[in-house]
Amino acid sequence: MCQVDEEYNGQLEHRVTPRVSKKCVKCKENTAVLIIRAGDAFCRGCFKEYFIHKFRAMLGKNRVIFPGEKVILAVSGGPASSSMLSQVREGLSRDAPKKLRFVPGIIYIDEGGASGQSMEERERAVAQLESVFRATNYHYHIVHLEQVLSLPSSVLEAGSSATEKPQTGSSYKAAVDQFIQTKKNQHPDLSLENAQSHLSSLSMHEVENGVTSPITPEHTQALQKLFASVRTLTAKEDLLHTLRQHLILHTARTQGYTKVMMGDSCSRLAIKLLSNISLGRGASLATDTGFSDPRYGDVVIVRPMRDYSSKEIAYYNRMFDIPSVFIPGLDTKAQDKASIQHLTESFVTKLQTDFPSTVSTIYRTSEKLHTACPPQNTNTQPFAKCLLCVCALDTKLEEFSAYQATLISEQLSQRRGPASSASQGQCCSSGGGQHQGCMTGEGGCCSSAKSTVDLKSLLCYSCRLTIKDMVNALPQYILSEAERRKRRSQMREEISEFLLDEEEDEAIPRVNGSLQ
Amino acid sequence: MMMSPASTHTDIKRRSPLSEFRVALKMPVLCSSCAEKRAVLKRPKTAHSLCKECFFWAFEEEVHQTIVSAQLFKHGETVGIGASGGKDSTVLAHVMKVLNERYNYGLKLLLLSVDEGITGYRDDSLETVKRNQQQYELPLKIVSYEELYGWTMDAIVKQVGLKNNCTFCGVFRRQALDRGAMMLKVDKICTGHNADDVAETVLMNVLRGDIARLRRCTAISTASEGEGVVPRCKPLKYAYEKEIVLYAYFKKLDYFSTECIYSPNAYRGHARTFLKDLEAVRPSAIMDVIHSGENLSVREGVKMPVQGTCGRCGYISSQALCKSCVLLEGLNRGLPRLGIGKHHRLHEKILLQQPLTQEEERKLKAVDF
Repeated sequence: MCQVDEEYNGQLEHRVTPRVSKKCVKCKENTAVLIIRAGDAFCRGCFKEYFIHKFRAMLGKNRVIFPGEKVILAVSGGPASSSMLSQVREGLSRDAPKKLRFVPGIIYIDEGGASGQSMEERERAVAQLESVFRATNYHYHIVHLEQVLSLPSSVLEAGSSATEKPQTGSSYKAAVDQFIQTKKNQHPDLSLENAQSHLSSLSMHEVENGVTSPITPEHTQALQKLFASVRTLTAKEDLLHTLRQHLILHTARTQGYTKVMMGDSCSRLAIKLLSNISLGRGASLATDTGFSDPRYGDVVIVRPMRDYSSKEIAYYNRMFDIPSVFIPGLDTKAQDKASIQHLTESFVTKLQTDFPSTVSTIYRTSEKLHTACPPQNTNTQPFAKCLLCVCALDTKLEEFSAYQATLISEQLSQRRGPASSASQGQCCSSGGGQHQGCMTGEGGCCSSAKSTVDLKSLLCYSCRLTIKDMVNALPQYILSEAERRKRRSQMREEISEFLLDEEEDEAIPRVNGSLQ
Repeated sequence: MMMSPASTHTDIKRRSPLSEFRVALKMPVLCSSCAEKRAVLKRPKTAHSLCKECFFWAFEEEVHQTIVSAQLFKHGETVGIGASGGKDSTVLAHVMKVLNERYNYGLKLLLLSVDEGITGYRDDSLETVKRNQQQYELPLKIVSYEELYGWTMDAIVKQVGLKNNCTFCGVFRRQALDRGAMMLKVDKICTGHNADDVAETVLMNVLRGDIARLRRCTAISTASEGEGVVPRCKPLKYAYEKEIVLYAYFKKLDYFSTECIYSPNAYRGHARTFLKDLEAVRPSAIMDVIHSGENLSVREGVKMPVQGTCGRCGYISSQALCKSCVLLEGLNRGLPRLGIGKHHRLHEKILLQQPLTQEEERKLKAVDF
């Protein structure tokens, strides 16, 4: 009920109570063993086919993964990503002519440092996962979150998209055919599977498999200090997500991967959509929850599991013994209202029990959205994108909007400025453009907060909210990138009248002058 | 068991919005705006501590900025204020009167009220509106469902049940406001929708998958073309509900504050509880949701409804028959489900006054209480 396009014609008939002794609706021969939606009972074999087919259909429909590409699978150990791993294995190992053709790698990010786990617990989890990864024979990387503190600042530069591959069907087909031809010519006696394992064993010898570099307790402490300086759990989770993305991106780039596969399921994406709306990320909803996420340019993130509900994944994992490891995160055992993300999760799950079509409706809504100003142009200056989340900035002040209204409220509540700023302590983080005197004049209270002020103009709306909750500084690589962008924007302002470029100053965040 | 959004919601309502502020003020804190007087309240929107006068000023000034920057009114227009007697419309009427005089908008203001015919709820709130009329010296016009459609909400609920009655009330009220406005020759209608309402609507439209409404719902004013359509706007769009209550409390404005007796089972209640919880976690969440809603953009190629006119009454409609005609038809024929759900094929039949088949009638009658 309450869905807009819902038909009521069929539903007012007598209700059919689902019974387990029904026959499978697909093959109509075997006994059904589980029920997916309201009336679909499947037997074991048909369910497996249905599950596998969905994965391949999702990849085949959106033709973004070209044959021979190196794709890294981001596995967190949870049921969805473990299921994705097994699907990839399944798809790569088949002899059918339509088998998947890419070179996989696995990455696991150990976040125990941020969620407060002890070294033994972390090592135990890593060992469990390693045994799973070794069984797949794919090249895997185990990266600790502490390594994010030593990333180079180049990670935040949007890379240019890889060789212009027009996304038309014909070129995709041509690429596939070409791939098959070359493979046949190169190794006429080896089958494709052998070729791939050959490749992966080669790469295993090149780079030390597994842990990229050992971490010291100091690293862990520095990471913990970073997270302890964030006041709210919402901001912590947001920051963790951002840092994790940066790490994955960096690993993918250095190891030569061009695609990242994330294991977000339909339920997870519905929750993400709603919580992103609550966080103010409406402008980038399509990239955050869509199938492909091109924001980084050279590395594209894809989400092949987005059609599976968590129920289907759970059934599949249980019935076909897919190994998964539970690793506690930041919000495990947290209260319902501890953070926005957690609150949204409990809200959607509860609503789903009363209105079973909630998740799929939200999913369908997300499919109809697209990014407001897609960054097609490779000439778009790097600082038109947010420093942290690398999405287009959504803080333009053209027409009257909620953002402008917020700024006005801040202004009006602190009209007669500097005397009150000492007691408030919030002087610097609000009304940045207007209170210039405060920024440069009042040395005492402002200097420590100065770095946060400068960052605001480089961030999108929701990343600003995250920064607001942080007391300490961000990791060095982010700060140095921020400095670099500031210098470039100053340079550009100096020579703006001589540039013939059409992309005007709206891309440049104004440091002085008008409201930001 | 059906989760009732009412329980959590009324719990929150029972807690006075000001008690928490009072407890927090153990030491005298100075107002952060004038730095002279003692602060008596903490703004829910920005968490600044303000004295009474500075808060009034800030609140009124924000509404003024909204009106001016969004260019809601033109000099000399006649503006109808949708007045229900509740806090939003009472504060709206007050603020509009104050700003009209202070900044010389040159508007002619009057009050428009709708009587849905809900005993024990609407008759009490109408008394408040009549009081407002005297206090603010504004002309008042009351239109009722009874005179417009021949049905009161009480009678509708008896036929329809408690689950889908809000649909009827909402659709009828919209048309009733427009009809009332036309009778009074009003140029614009302004309603008391506040930031919480708009945020709730965004969330609800996402949950329902209503992409067309999702695109429009954050607009501060509706389109102004078409016959029989009076453009309407929401000057309080960026004002938090809690701040409206604070304003009314300190200004000693009188209003009627009970929930509609039929509302506990509305789907909107779920979105409302969620929004209230969000606000508890992060107070700026309400503005964040509105910001997200404003920045949403829909892909091309998604089917959108096209605006046309109703075949029967001439009101604007995206289908052959406007929704209220369909609902009315259903009520008059004893087929309450006629307006609920998709029945486009039947619209033509109704328009041409052809009888419905047995099968169709049976489906439309079944009511789930």
